[in-house]
Amino acid sequence: MLEKTVEKCCISLNGRSSRLVVQLYCKYGVRKTHNLSFQDCESLQAVFDPAVCPHVLRAPARVLGEAVLPFPPALAEVTLGIGRGHRVILRSYQEEAGEGARHGLGQGAEMGWDGAGPRFPPVAVPTDSTVKAMVTEMSIGGEDFQQLQAQEGVAITFCLKEFRGLLSFADSANLSLSIYFDGPGRPAIFAIKDSLLDGHFVLATLSEPDPHPQDLRGPELQRPAPQLQAHSTPHLDDFALDDIDSYMIAMETTVGSEGSRTLPSTSLSPGLQPPCSPGSHSEEEDDTEPSTVPGTPPPKKFRSLFFGSILAPAHSPQGPSPVLAEDSEGEG
Amino acid sequence: MKFRAKLVDAACLNNFTRVSNMIAKLAKTCTLRISPDKLNFVLSDKVANGGVSMWCELEQENFFSEFQMEGVSAENNAIYLELTSENLSRALKTAQNARALKIKLTNKHFPCLTVSIELLSVSSSSRVVTHDIPVKIIPRKLWKDLQEPTVPDADVSIYLPVLKTMKSIVEKMKNISNHLIIEANLNGELNLKIETELVCVTTHFKDLGNPPLASENASQDRNSEQMAQVHIDIRKLLQFLAGQQVNPTKATCNIVKNKIVHFDLLHEDVSLQYFIPALS
Repeated sequence: MLEKTVEKCCISLNGRSSRLVVQLYCKYGVRKTHNLSFQDCESLQAVFDPAVCPHVLRAPARVLGEAVLPFPPALAEVTLGIGRGHRVILRSYQEEAGEGARHGLGQGAEMGWDGAGPRFPPVAVPTDSTVKAMVTEMSIGGEDFQQLQAQEGVAITFCLKEFRGLLSFADSANLSLSIYFDGPGRPAIFAIKDSLLDGHFVLATLSEPDPHPQDLRGPELQRPAPQLQAHSTPHLDDFALDDIDSYMIAMETTVGSEGSRTLPSTSLSPGLQPPCSPGSHSEEEDDTEPSTVPGTPPPKKFRSLFFGSILAPAHSPQGPSPVLAEDSEGEG
Repeated sequence: MKFRAKLVDAACLNNFTRVSNMIAKLAKTCTLRISPDKLNFVLSDKVANGGVSMWCELEQENFFSEFQMEGVSAENNAIYLELTSENLSRALKTAQNARALKIKLTNKHFPCLTVSIELLSVSSSSRVVTHDIPVKIIPRKLWKDLQEPTVPDADVSIYLPVLKTMKSIVEKMKNISNHLIIEANLNGELNLKIETELVCVTTHFKDLGNPPLASENASQDRNSEQMAQVHIDIRKLLQFLAGQQVNPTKATCNIVKNKIVHFDLLHEDVSLQYFIPALS
């Protein structure tokens, strides 16, 4: 629509009135002027490097777009993993409503990686299976990918909504999307590149739960990723509450040369604390409901800041936390 | 207990998807009864459903190229599963470009109906979508409530008008009143009436035709002009009509006056019976 009516677009900054002025020169002499207010804020620079990620996938955005089509539009998170035979598997990730929810027909909690609740005491209440959510899985052959360098069994879980968003952006520009990732808990980097732009979208991934509550190690500690069998889940349990604070995402766009890096303004959550040494933050101490553990964020397991100013974090973290991005010093 | 079925024909798949969409509109949760020859979607007349009941039947060989089932036991060779209808229709929605569709009963931490769809893809490798629909196995002692309902002895049987027309009328009537009177006679006339303090609205359908009566004696006794009526909840009627996306091959309405209205539809080879009780 815009392409048909707009002949020229002029963007300027009016420092005096603190307005970003966008002028659209349209057909028939019509000129639309939008004065957008903005505010200065601190920008975050995420510390990440695709090169250190051991795994990478690359496919046309269209292929990945088709792959996420079967998932319900309301689904929040998806797990991406490599299955047997080098197939790429996407599976819906369900955050369980309560500790009994995944225990099916009255079986007790099973420890370990088989997907049924972690450390909660066995629940004898038979749950209504029909209330559970449907699980959807999409399996794509490795041949559909331009690059597939990942070991079988590795899997990460991230926000599907944002994945869909960046896929539609990449698809509209007919680009391929590269996914650089490590293990659960480590950020996953989604990269697109063409002659005009170079984009890196960093998404948080769910980390695996710490099976030994008394083991107060930092979020960097990871268990080896559970094996992902063909047609079966990457068995990620509920994850440790302590790792939530280390997540944030930022979009970084470089225009042409490496030198000029402009980061979009990302409003810092007021609760975000400066980096501190890992291990000192609060851990879950017992097997009760996550929300009762003091000093830890509410049960929404991770939050992400895509465009920081538009999408404020749903829950501010409360405890001190290791931060993957350093505060930039006074830079506009 | 075992169940596995495979569907490869595109037309059958579309048909099955349509049936599942219809069931999803009629009942949030329903029972799927699997027997060697048939599949049934059943809603029993519990208070929770407002007394509405439904019996949908399809012959499995009209849909599936492969069908194997093993019931609870040899004497009780059936499987009764309770599921959320919308899950099945959502799963089938992703099968629009499918090469093949497989359904089977599985146990993945809890009993599931796994729908596995092999998609047609441009590249050489296949793409497979799998949906695990959680189900509840219904124990044998509850099966008696989920049997085919007996068709009541109707006072009047009449063929229905075009359902889409009926639906748009009932939709408008719903804004005025929650109670609807449905009445018909043996002269091919059907009326939909609503009455409030301020207004009375009646829509008359004529020349609908009546199916031949079951017993000869009854036809002589009855005055063909006399209307048999039932007061029903308009929302239940609307829900029933909204579920019919396509006009059925055959549609009959049986009225037991002041008791129940029974809709008997045939969509190609799928039969649907829907019972709406009178308001007490």
